[in-house]
Amino acid sequence: MNAAAIAVGRFFRYGNFAIGVALSGLVVLTALVSFVWTPHSAIDIEIVDKFKPMSATHWFGTDHFGRDVLSLIMVGARNSIAVGIIAVSASVTLGTALGLFASARRGWVEEIVMRLSDLAFAFPAVLTAIMITALWGPSVINAILAIAIFNVPVFARVTRGAANAVWAREYILAARAAGKGGLRITVEHVLPNILNVLIVQATIQFALAVLAEAALSYLGLGAQPPLPSWGRMLRDAQSYLYTAPEQAIYPGIAIAIAVLGLNLLGDGLRDAFDPKLARKR
Amino acid sequence: MTLLTVDRLSVNLQGESGPVALVRDVSFTLDRRETLGIVGESGCGKTMTALALMGLLPEAARAEGRILFDGEDLVTADEARLCALRGDRIAMIFQEPMTSLNPVHTVGAQVAEVLRLHRAMGEGEALAEALRLLDLVGIPKARERLSAYPHQLSGGQRQRVMIAAALACRPDILLADEPTTALDVTVQAQILDLIGELVREFGMALVLITHDLGVVGQVTDRVIVMYAGNVVESGPTETIFAKRAHPYTQGLFAARPRQAGRTSQRGRLDTIPGVVPDPSAVIAGCRFADRCRHAVDICHRQPPPLVPIGADHDALCHRVREWA
Amino acid sequence: MSAVIAQRLFAFLATLLATSLVVFLVLEVLPGDSAQIMLGVDAEPDAVAALREKLGLNRPAAERYLTWLAGFMTGDLGDSYTYSVPVIELIVDRIAITIPLAVMAMVLTIAIALTTGVFAAAHHNRPGDWGVMLGAQIGIAMPNFWFGILLVLFFAVTLGWFSAGGFPGWEDDPLDAFKALILPAVSLALVQSAILARVTRSAVLDVLREDYIRTARAKGLSKRAALWGHGLRNAMIPVVTVMGLQFAFLLSGTIIIENVFYLPGLGRLIFQAISQRDLIVVKDVVMLMVIKVVVINFLVDLLYVAIDPRLKTAT
Ligand SMILES: Nc1ncnc2c1ncn2[C@@H]1O[C@H](COP(=O)(O)OP(=O)(O)O)[C@@H](O)[C@H]1O
Ligand SMILES: [Mg+2]
Repeated sequence: MNAAAIAVGRFFRYGNFAIGVALSGLVVLTALVSFVWTPHSAIDIEIVDKFKPMSATHWFGTDHFGRDVLSLIMVGARNSIAVGIIAVSASVTLGTALGLFASARRGWVEEIVMRLSDLAFAFPAVLTAIMITALWGPSVINAILAIAIFNVPVFARVTRGAANAVWAREYILAARAAGKGGLRITVEHVLPNILNVLIVQATIQFALAVLAEAALSYLGLGAQPPLPSWGRMLRDAQSYLYTAPEQAIYPGIAIAIAVLGLNLLGDGLRDAFDPKLARKR
Repeated sequence: MTLLTVDRLSVNLQGESGPVALVRDVSFTLDRRETLGIVGESGCGKTMTALALMGLLPEAARAEGRILFDGEDLVTADEARLCALRGDRIAMIFQEPMTSLNPVHTVGAQVAEVLRLHRAMGEGEALAEALRLLDLVGIPKARERLSAYPHQLSGGQRQRVMIAAALACRPDILLADEPTTALDVTVQAQILDLIGELVREFGMALVLITHDLGVVGQVTDRVIVMYAGNVVESGPTETIFAKRAHPYTQGLFAARPRQAGRTSQRGRLDTIPGVVPDPSAVIAGCRFADRCRHAVDICHRQPPPLVPIGADHDALCHRVREWA
Repeated sequence: MSAVIAQRLFAFLATLLATSLVVFLVLEVLPGDSAQIMLGVDAEPDAVAALREKLGLNRPAAERYLTWLAGFMTGDLGDSYTYSVPVIELIVDRIAITIPLAVMAMVLTIAIALTTGVFAAAHHNRPGDWGVMLGAQIGIAMPNFWFGILLVLFFAVTLGWFSAGGFPGWEDDPLDAFKALILPAVSLALVQSAILARVTRSAVLDVLREDYIRTARAKGLSKRAALWGHGLRNAMIPVVTVMGLQFAFLLSGTIIIENVFYLPGLGRLIFQAISQRDLIVVKDVVMLMVIKVVVINFLVDLLYVAIDPRLKTAT
């Protein structure tokens, strides 16, 4: 058995990881399918059909505009995933660069990067989104921006911590002795060695981003109508709690499945990358 | 008068592939005021034996056999009974004074705790007694130290605090598991002297665990030598020092450092090649055979018998009769 | 005052100053002409100029910043343009809901997290542990506002035990007012305590492996007594670290939850201010939120020093 096969075998020994893959896969698949097919239109309003109960034509019923809830949820998955991917990619790029820079330079550069990220922790994503919205009005871009800004210091810290540990290893000393510069060592040795940590952290932050996006859309600070989003659906559902309580159920379950899946995926990846830790837990 | 009788004590660990014996059929007795040394390399099961006596084995480990303390079997005793005995009639001090004290409690509180628990003393009374004990174990400026935290003390002082807490209730037995191994060479002798002195003064029995034969010679009346979970030789200290019978004991003696008081920190033998076999290794014959220069065919095939060599002196060896 | 505490205090004040600068730059300097924004693009130039004058926007930015800072000390934050009342009055009214809500949620979070976390650790690798871990995993995945909606559905819509939202005010009926904060506090606490319970569990498990726990047991303490007497305080060191971060989230969570339960707190105020483009109020309330986060972190820092004597006393 080669090393890859052993690693995969180890992956799937952890049930959590399998469930994480299944749930995240379901969400991604739903989003992809929604591009080519949804049971009904997620945009068109059929007011006569409003608040239809579950049926063969409308599996999850219809909302206050008569739109098919299942279709809305399918299209909403796109929104959550897109916001998550864009926000996390942006913050991984910037945060990792900052962290690597701090770690390569140490001294006052590191001090400044770390103090700045301390400062950023005083601004939770909701607060950043509120400030941005106050300036430029609500939009899905604002949500992405707020979530990304919040995540940059997270990745800067994680990267710096992991990178400092790599810099302390002996083969880095050898590389330095061979006359390699800081940038080259960072790209050739440090980055490959902290990739595991970054992947795990990115998965977890993705889950948090989905939660944050839902919260911002719920508050009206994120995706704007008619763009379907899970948070927005819950906001709408809240107005009809007495007449159509089931409207408040499905979008919430969708969010929980996505977040649970990503969290389990992150936990599973961490265990697979670091079996010693897994056994201890 | 016999205080403690350990009768075929085994400690088994519930492993993923069946139980693994960490301690096998260990038997010995301990009289009141007697001092016993348990010697052997790291990983021979000395600590497990001591923890079995305390009823403090790791969760996955089970004791079998009998441990009769004052006529009462500790193997079958319930947890409440063991809690009542621990710290009161049987006390233990550990190898790592750096980590064995709680970093967030004061030294005084940690000594006083035993008294409050077993002697139902109030806080003031217990602290006053703790002060007396700290003084007794030779902590300078004990009154100030009472409210100090462990990180403010040196390793030697911390071990003195551990001793003070162990002696607080004047136990019948003190178990000392490598009490000096982690300390500076110069401090080792002081702590050992202190233990010897206090044991005599308090009239306690002592079980002193060490990988250093030199330590045993200074302090104990009797010695048992452990190897890979077995007792391979036992007898009065003088007899064993005069006539070491088991090849493993001989190896231990040969490995003794020349300068008095110096011990190898690792507790490994450099004079005998090889290492202690893993407890889970399946070995048909003598567990020492692979490292033994006297080993012959039978040693690899059959478990060795316990052979009486002299008065109160036994060895676990097929061939010991040939030279002892 | 020990050197450690002085050092923490200094860091606290420095953070406050730095964050206030960020808020001021983002909400007052970056937008350029706040008066234009507040009145909209098609406002009369005269009206814009008048408002600019009224808000003192013609003064240099540094001067406005210092005035604003001083306003937080004296409580004089100027008048709200949309409400025509002193901003401080608006804030004091709303904060009487937000702060009690946050405190209730924090107390609940700690109570739930510590009991379930310690329970799980004590039942390590047994059904009790699995149950808590499963519950925590689900709790972490649930958006707090959705949990709030579900609570409303169940306890207000179905059972009718609570009102679905709104706040009766402290003066009229304090008990009713307290009751109105219960469901919001529970929904805030759930997610936070799920995360904290996991941290508590692993901290306790780590501590239980420590030598000093064995020492405590050797003294005759029962497992339970050793855990409570010697384990818990040590386990609190990592727990408190995470708690600081948690409570920052919890405070921003009040903004969301106030919307779920129609509570007229700071969160509602800020949304009204946004929709009315009242940048003055937005700036003040955002700063207030940041102050709360920074203060909580400072208190947690102090708690940390209180728990771990190694931080207070050098060797
Ligand atoms: N907590 C534990 N769980 C499982 N095995 C252990 C544990 N502690 C020690 N062991 C194993 O038990 C054997 C005996 O260890 P120990 O009694 O500590 O040896 P000694 O004290 O003589 O150095 C060793 O092989 C060791 O690896
Ligand atoms: Mg040992």
